[in-house]
Amino acid sequence: MTAKTLYRKLVDSHTVASLDEQNLLLFCDLHLMNEYTSPQAFAGLYEQHRDVLMPGQNVAVVSHIIPTHPVKFRVIADPPSALQATNLKANCDRFAIPLFDTNDRLQGIEHVVAPEHGMIRPGMVVICGDSHTTTYGALGALGFGIGTTEVEHVLATQTLPYRVARSMRIRIDGTLPQGTTSKDLVLHVIGVIGAQGARGYVVEFCGEAIDALSIEARFTLCNMTVEAGSRGALIAPDDKAVDYVLAHAPDMAPYKEQALALWRDLRSDAEAVFDLEYAFDASDVAPQVTWGTSPDQVAPIGGHLPHLHELPEGPVRSSAERAMRYAQLQEGQAIEGTAIQHVFIGSCTNGRIEDLRAAADIVRGRKVAPGVRAMVVPGSGAVKEMAEAEGLDRVFGDAGFEWRRPGCSMCLAMNDDVLEEGVRCASTTNRNFEGRQGRGAITHLMSPAMAAAAAVTGRITDARKLDRTQCHEPR
Amino acid sequence: MSRATLIEGRAAPLPIENLDTDQIMPKQFLRGIDKSGLKDGVLYDLRFDSQGVARPDFVLNQPRYANASVLIGGSNFGCGSSREHAVWGLQQFGIRAVVASSYAEIFYSNAMNNRLLLVTLPQGQIDQLMGDAADVTHHHITIDIDAQKLFSRSVEASFDLLPRHRRMFLEGLDSIGLSLTFKPQIEAFASEHWVKQPWLKDVAAVTRRRLDASAS
Repeated sequence: MTAKTLYRKLVDSHTVASLDEQNLLLFCDLHLMNEYTSPQAFAGLYEQHRDVLMPGQNVAVVSHIIPTHPVKFRVIADPPSALQATNLKANCDRFAIPLFDTNDRLQGIEHVVAPEHGMIRPGMVVICGDSHTTTYGALGALGFGIGTTEVEHVLATQTLPYRVARSMRIRIDGTLPQGTTSKDLVLHVIGVIGAQGARGYVVEFCGEAIDALSIEARFTLCNMTVEAGSRGALIAPDDKAVDYVLAHAPDMAPYKEQALALWRDLRSDAEAVFDLEYAFDASDVAPQVTWGTSPDQVAPIGGHLPHLHELPEGPVRSSAERAMRYAQLQEGQAIEGTAIQHVFIGSCTNGRIEDLRAAADIVRGRKVAPGVRAMVVPGSGAVKEMAEAEGLDRVFGDAGFEWRRPGCSMCLAMNDDVLEEGVRCASTTNRNFEGRQGRGAITHLMSPAMAAAAAVTGRITDARKLDRTQCHEPR
Repeated sequence: MSRATLIEGRAAPLPIENLDTDQIMPKQFLRGIDKSGLKDGVLYDLRFDSQGVARPDFVLNQPRYANASVLIGGSNFGCGSSREHAVWGLQQFGIRAVVASSYAEIFYSNAMNNRLLLVTLPQGQIDQLMGDAADVTHHHITIDIDAQKLFSRSVEASFDLLPRHRRMFLEGLDSIGLSLTFKPQIEAFASEHWVKQPWLKDVAAVTRRRLDASAS
């Protein structure tokens, strides 16, 4: 038998039929939906008088348009957005698709909700009309984003025509230095390989540094791998992944032994050949901050913006120039010390409990700097309840942060959490695109601890410096 | 040749690398439950200033590029969000093809599924096409899908198209209908899949029921 990559094993175990030389029909175990990329898919079904083939393999979450104001009962004030939510409920009701609705206690961001309730299990294929579906590779599930036409396709057939991707392995050995996280690691990797460095590939991460990451840290890593253009990100499930799944999916209990036997094979064979391989040393990674309008325009906190003449002439230089103009920064300028006016902690990248704890560790006993507006938007209702049980809401509240309700919020600003023109934001999200958080708003991507440090100092700051101060102060 | 196989018209140069779908179709235009009204949102922040006034210097606002049907784009065109609204909007705006050296994967599938033609050519030819498009006396372009050829003033190029995509353009493939012809195989596959992994059957429904039960 020829040696196979984990990716190939996942594709093979989900192949219903071969369609032609390039395409196969891929079975999808779980399909997640949201309110804004699914309505036209349901409309297509109605138009063609088609049914949902396997409703129990689908789930929907109101996540993108939902307001996050700290009110008990949430009302979506914007009429078209409200219609998207009621429309989603009507569609789910009609086909008996499970839903996490606007005022569900467990509502949240789809990519936070699905794994925390055990819906993601090793060896699955998971798709969603959202690019950050790559998140699920953290548990050894092949996840990838699709468009609305494909959402309709999955609803009707529970399959997708699928073209097999090329395979890439990124080995990361060494140890992440104190004060750095998987967010810094993934930004570093994207900075090196570029915003299209993994275009056309499914990336498998391995190595000591990956083994050492918690499952939540792995979610962050796999989530953002799509910012390098990848069609998926995978980590072979280890004991940590198995423990996470069993702890979050109590209905797995009767199948535990059967599952463990199958999951043991979810790794690339020793002789498996990858189309492309990279190696990184985690000990090289410092806290990262993006300076531009593409996630690969990034530098370590002690670094500076590139000098334009250092960049290759052509597209790289011209886009750097464009980004600096948009971000109102100068070539060669130091990253550290840049004044910010807004801080956003949340998103499917960094809206989980470990993220909030890391931010709270910086914030505890400090105050949000004058002139800065800072908000925490937990990734889900469950994350919010957990944080409140630990008193994190008070840590943030006492410091002057807004403690909000869950949702995608200011990551893409589809609800009313939108930045004003020219406002500079330290953000734990995944995209620093022009206008993403609001027209003319400037986004600097970073880890939760770094965003927290920016909040309390009013500028982009090396959180490791605050850590040390904190240690000498009584708590 | 029929309309379906020939694209002829003005090409507009859009030399922006990593032009993401947030820029192609900004958030405020994503609030519908149908595909209508997206023409207004196309490249909104590039076309209009913050007061909503058209920027005269932006290429698609210039009279000589009015009714452009082809965009010459930078690499990794359409990266970022999976929003298919970007494709629907470009089509509603009158764009029938984009020519660039590379495209983001999800955008590529979305475009093909809607028969927005994406032509991939080497960077050298893109640079030449960019030059042709920038010269308003020579910004005419012809794309013959059947022959898989593209012609402008200084470029005559062949391009690749996967057989499946070619069929989608030339024959108008009902992809869902085609997959539904595999329905017996899909159902047989699923049964066998769930014998091996019973914990995957109705995984969403089972989870939702468990959560509801523990809440009550």
